[in-house]
Amino acid sequence: MMFDLVWLIPTFPLAGVLLNGLLGRRIEDKNKSLVHWIACGAVGLSFLVTLALFVKLLGLPSDKRLYDFTWFTWIAAGDFKVSVGYQIDPLSMFMCMFVTGVGFLIHVYSIGYMWHDEGRYYRYFTYLNLFMFSMITLILADNFLLMFLGWEGVGVCSYLLISFWFTDVANAIAGKKAFITNRVGDFFFAVGMLLLLTQLGGHGVWSLKFADVFANAYMLSPKLITVICLLFFLGCTAKSAQIPLYIWLPDAMAGPTPVSALIHAATMVTAGVYFVARCNVLYSMSTFAMGVVAVVGALTALLAATIALTQNDIKKVLAYSTVSQLGYMFLGLGVGAFAAGLFHVLTHSFFKALLFMCSGCVIHAMSGEQDMRKMGGLRHKMPITFYTMVIGTLAIVGFPGLSGFFSKDEILWKAFSGEQGSSILWLMGVLAAAMTAFYMFRLIFMTFFNECRASEEVQKHIHEAPKTMTVPLIVLSVLSIIGGYIGVPESLGGSNLVEHFLDPVIGLGHDKLFQSAGGPPLMHNISEVAVHHHAVEAEYWLMLIAVGIVFGGILLAYLMYMKKRSLPETLASGNPSFYRLLLNKWYVDEIYEKMVINPLRSISVFLWKGIDVVVIDGLVNSTAKFFMNCGVISKASQSGYVQRYAVSFLVGVFVLVAYYIYIR
Amino acid sequence: MNQFSFPILSTLIFFPLLCAVLLIFIRSEGGENDELLRKTALVGSIIEFLISLLLLVRFNAENPGMQFVELVPWVKSFSMNYYVGLDGISLWLVLLTTFFVPLCILCSWTYIKEKTKYFLISMLFLETAMIGTFVSLDLILFYIFWEFMLIPMFLLIGVWGGERRIYSAVKFFIYTAAGSIFMLVAIIYLYYYSYKTTGAGTFNLLDLYNMHIPISAQFWLCAAFSLAFAIKVPLFPLHTWLPDAHVEAPTAGSVILAAILLKMGTYGYLRFSMPLFPYASHQLLPVIAGLAIAGIIYGALVAWVQPDMKKLVAYSSVSHLGYVMLGLFALNVQGIEGGIYQMLNHGVNTGALFLLVGMIYERRHTRLMDDFGGLAKIMPVFATFLMIATLASVAVPGTNGFVGEILILVGVFRSYPVLGVFAVSGMVLGVVYMLWMYQRVMFGPVTEEANRKLPDLNTREIVTMVPIAVLIFVMGIFPGLFLRKMDASVNYFIKQYQSKYEMYTAEKNGNSVPAALQNVVNSEAVSREGLISSRR
Repeated sequence: MMFDLVWLIPTFPLAGVLLNGLLGRRIEDKNKSLVHWIACGAVGLSFLVTLALFVKLLGLPSDKRLYDFTWFTWIAAGDFKVSVGYQIDPLSMFMCMFVTGVGFLIHVYSIGYMWHDEGRYYRYFTYLNLFMFSMITLILADNFLLMFLGWEGVGVCSYLLISFWFTDVANAIAGKKAFITNRVGDFFFAVGMLLLLTQLGGHGVWSLKFADVFANAYMLSPKLITVICLLFFLGCTAKSAQIPLYIWLPDAMAGPTPVSALIHAATMVTAGVYFVARCNVLYSMSTFAMGVVAVVGALTALLAATIALTQNDIKKVLAYSTVSQLGYMFLGLGVGAFAAGLFHVLTHSFFKALLFMCSGCVIHAMSGEQDMRKMGGLRHKMPITFYTMVIGTLAIVGFPGLSGFFSKDEILWKAFSGEQGSSILWLMGVLAAAMTAFYMFRLIFMTFFNECRASEEVQKHIHEAPKTMTVPLIVLSVLSIIGGYIGVPESLGGSNLVEHFLDPVIGLGHDKLFQSAGGPPLMHNISEVAVHHHAVEAEYWLMLIAVGIVFGGILLAYLMYMKKRSLPETLASGNPSFYRLLLNKWYVDEIYEKMVINPLRSISVFLWKGIDVVVIDGLVNSTAKFFMNCGVISKASQSGYVQRYAVSFLVGVFVLVAYYIYIR
Repeated sequence: MNQFSFPILSTLIFFPLLCAVLLIFIRSEGGENDELLRKTALVGSIIEFLISLLLLVRFNAENPGMQFVELVPWVKSFSMNYYVGLDGISLWLVLLTTFFVPLCILCSWTYIKEKTKYFLISMLFLETAMIGTFVSLDLILFYIFWEFMLIPMFLLIGVWGGERRIYSAVKFFIYTAAGSIFMLVAIIYLYYYSYKTTGAGTFNLLDLYNMHIPISAQFWLCAAFSLAFAIKVPLFPLHTWLPDAHVEAPTAGSVILAAILLKMGTYGYLRFSMPLFPYASHQLLPVIAGLAIAGIIYGALVAWVQPDMKKLVAYSSVSHLGYVMLGLFALNVQGIEGGIYQMLNHGVNTGALFLLVGMIYERRHTRLMDDFGGLAKIMPVFATFLMIATLASVAVPGTNGFVGEILILVGVFRSYPVLGVFAVSGMVLGVVYMLWMYQRVMFGPVTEEANRKLPDLNTREIVTMVPIAVLIFVMGIFPGLFLRKMDASVNYFIKQYQSKYEMYTAEKNGNSVPAALQNVVNSEAVSREGLISSRR
C-alpha cells in the first residue's frame, strides 16, 4: 500500500537533523553549501512524498479517504497504550501539503538570508529541519499524545530559533518567554488530554486515538465535554497566540526573519486552528465552548489590529497582524465554519509567509534596520520585493479576487449567518479587516514610498535580494493570487472545493460516524443545508460592505501616510494617552509581570529564605543543638576528677539512706 | 537459572569490593600512581557494568517473582540469611547504579587531585553498598547495606567536598541515620512478632509479605519505615539536608547522591512499606500524596530563585521526586511503572545536569549563575549537552522525562484527578527554572573576562556525556525496552497489595478475616515460592 510510505514524510527532516546535527560542524567547515543541500533536500523530499500521497488520496472516492498507519508502540503500560501512528485523511493531507510546500520555500529562502550570518549555519538548518519534523508529526499523528509530541516539539524549536542570536540577551529572553507561555498553554492542554483519557477510560475506552475518542465521545456528559474543550482551547491560545496567551508572539520576532515566516506566521501558530478543527466532533458537542472560541477569536482579531496600527517595527506590525488573522481563523471555527477557518489557514500561510519574507529582504537590504520610520522609497531599489509585497498586502486585506478575499469573506459570512454567528461578531470581523487594510498600507507607504530616511551609510548598501530569496517570493506571490480559487464560494459561481474536500473529516462525514456509533446527531450542519438556501443576496451585500470598508482603510492610510503626512503626528499628540496605550500594547506585558511573575517570585524567595532556611532548617539544627546541649550538660558528670565522683557517690548514699528512712 | 549457575548478584555486590581491595595494594605516595589507580578503578567498574548487562540477558520478563535468588544461612540462631534476589522493579535500579559508577570515575579524573586512592576506594565501596541495598531480601542484610552506604558517602562529602563540607556531611549522615534508627526498631519488632505468632522468627522479606500484621501495629511500623524512606527521597519538608549535601559534595558525589541514593527512598516504599503494611500505607496515603504535591511545587519555586546552579538542580530533585512518590501512590500500573521510570529518568537527567555543572565548576571554580553568561558561544559542545539535559529534565516529549511524567500523570488522574491537576503544574514551573538557568548561563553576551577563554569539553568529558545523551533519547522513544521488563512484577505487586488491603479492610470492618481472601493470599504466596524454586 502506497500510504504505508507516510512515515517517510517526517523521517526525511529527522534524517536531516541527525546528519546536520551530528556532523554539521565538520560538513560546514568542508563544504558549507552541503549543509543547506541536506536540509532543503530533506524537506523537498517530504514535500514530494506528500504530493504523491495527496494525488493518490484525490483518486479515491471521498468516503474511502481515510488511512491509518501504525508504526510502532511508543508508550504502553497496562491498558494505556499509545503508538507512533500516522493518519492520512483530507485534513492531515491538506495541512501537510502547505506545511511541507511553504516550508520548503522558506528553507530555500533561508540559504540567502543566513549565508553570511555570524551564527552557525548548520545549527540553524538543524533547528529548522527539527521544526519541520515536529510540525509534520503534529499534523499526521493519529492520536493526541503523538500530536502532543509535535506540539511541544514545535515549541522547543521555536524557542531555539527565537534565541538563535543568543548573544543578545533580549533574544534569549524572548525565546524563554515563548517557551514558558507555551508551556502554560500546554498545562491546560495536558490536563484536558488526561481528563479525556481517564474519563473515557471510565467508560471502557482506553485510547487516545482520534478515531476512538471521537467515536465514543458521546458517552461523556456535555458538561465534561465543555470543560475538556475549553482546556484544549486554552492550550491553543498559547500556541496560536490568542487572548490571553498571545503575548509571546510579538517578542518572537527576535528570531531570524525566515523563522518568523515559517514558524510564527505560516505553520506553527496555525497548529491551534488545526487542532480545534481536528476535534470538531468534540467542539460541536458544546455550544458554549464554540461560543468562547468565536468570541475570543473575534476579540483577538480586534485587539491585535489596534496594536498593529501604531507599531513602527516592520516585523512587529506583521506579528500583530498574524495574531489578528489567527483570531479570524478561530472566529471561523467558533461559528462552526471549520472548513472556512482552515481555508484561511492555507491562504494566510501563503501571503503571510510572503509578507514576512519580503520584510526579511527589506531588513537585509537596510543592514538590519527594522524601524519603518527610518525606511522609505525602497520601491525603486528593490522592485521584486516591492511588487511581491504589494501582492501579499492586497491578499491580506482581502482585495477582491486575491486569495485572502475568498477565505476572509467566507469567515465573515459564516460569522454573520452561521447558527453560532451574530451580527456583532460580523461587525468585529469587519472592523478588524478595516484596520488590517489601514496598517498594512501604512507599512507599504512607510517602507516603499516617499523619500528614504535611512543614513547615507545604510542607503549605499540597499540592494535587491539574491535569487534564492526572490524566487520563493515570486512563487508565493503567485500562490497568494491564485490560492483562493480552490475555495470560491458557490454564491460567486465557484464550487468551494476546499470545503468539499474536507467534508469527510469535518461536517457530515463525522455526523455519520457518530450516528453509526449510536450517538445523537450533531448540532452543526450549517455547511450543507442552511447556507445555500440563505438569501444569496444578503451575502452579496455583506461582501460589498466589507470590501467598501477595506477600501476605506486603504484610503485613510493613503491620506495619512502619503498626502497629509503630518496627520499621524497631530493625532498622536492630540490623544497622547490613547496613543501610548496602543503603542505599549495595552500594557498587557506589564500587567502580567506585576500580577503574576513578580508575586510568584517574591513567594519563591520567601519560601527559600523564610521557610526553607529559617523554619525547616532552623528546626533541624535546633534539634541537633538540643541533643548536643544535653551532651554538654551531662558531660559535666564525666569530668574525670575522682573527688567529684566521690562527692556524687556520697550524695547518692545520703539520698538513698534518706529515702529508706523517711519515705518508706 | 539453576542452582549451579554463576551467582551473578553476589558477583555484582562483591566485585567492586574486590577492586577496592586491589587498589589498596597500589602505592600512592605523592600521587605517583594516580593514573594507574584511576584506570584500575575505571576498568573494574566497566567490567562490573558488563556483568550487570548479563542480568538483562538472563532476566525472565514473564516471571513476576524474584530471580537470580541466592540464599545462604548466615546467623542461624536469629535466622538471618544472606538472601538476595532481583525482580522487575529492582532490575533497572541495579543497572542504573552500574551505569553511573564508571561515569563518576571518569568525571573525577582531573577533578579529584588529593587522596585519589581513597576517593576511588570510597566510590567502589559505595557501589557495593548500593547494589546490596537494591537486591537484599533479608531485612537485616538490607539494613546493613543501607547504613553502610552512608559511610563512603559521608567521606566523599566530608573529605573531597567544598567549603562547608563538614557541616553538610555531618548533617547528611545524622539526618539519614536518625530516620533509619526507627526503621531498625520496626525491623526488630517484625522479627519479634513473627516469632510470637509462628514460633519461628524471620527477617525474610518474602515470608514477612505473607504475614498478617494487626492493623494497630501496622500504622507505627509503617510510619517508622516511611520516615527513613521519606528522608532519603527526600519528601518535603524533610529535604533540607539535600541542597547542602549536593552543594558541598564533589561532582561524583552529587551524581551518585542524585542518581542512585535518592532512589533508595522511593524504592524502599515500593519494596518495604507498601507491600508489608498495605493498610497503613493507605492510611498514610493522603499525607504522602499531599507532601509529594507540596514538594513538586515548593521544590520548583525554590529552585527558581537559587543563585547557585547546583542548588537549583538540587531543589529540582525535590520536585521530581515528588512526582515519583505521587506515581507510586497512585497504585495503578501506569502510576507505578511511571514512578519507577521516573526514578531512572531522574537519575539519568539529574546525573547529567550535575556532571555538566561539575564540568564548568572545574573550569571556573564557581557555580553562581551571575558569574556566567554567553557560554554557548564559547563552549558549544557543552551547550548542546546542557540543552539536551535541560529538555529531558523539563520532560519534552521524545525525551525520557516525558514518558515517566505522562505515565505518572495518567496514573494519578486515574486515581485522584484533582491532585493530578496540581501535579501537572510542575510541568510549567519546571520550564521556568530550567530555562532561567540556561538563559543566564549560556545566553547573552560574555560579561566576565575569565569566561572568554574557557575550553570546551575534552574527549574524556564528551565520552562521559554521550552515553547519557543517547540514553535520554532511547528511553524517550522506545520506553517499551524498559517497561516490558517491569510489567510482570508491577502487576503482581498491585494484585498482592489490593488483595491484602481488602483483607485488612474486611478485618477492620469487624468481619473476621474471610477465609476465601486469606486463601487467595496464601495461594499467591505458594505460587510465588513455586516460581522461585522452579527458577532455581
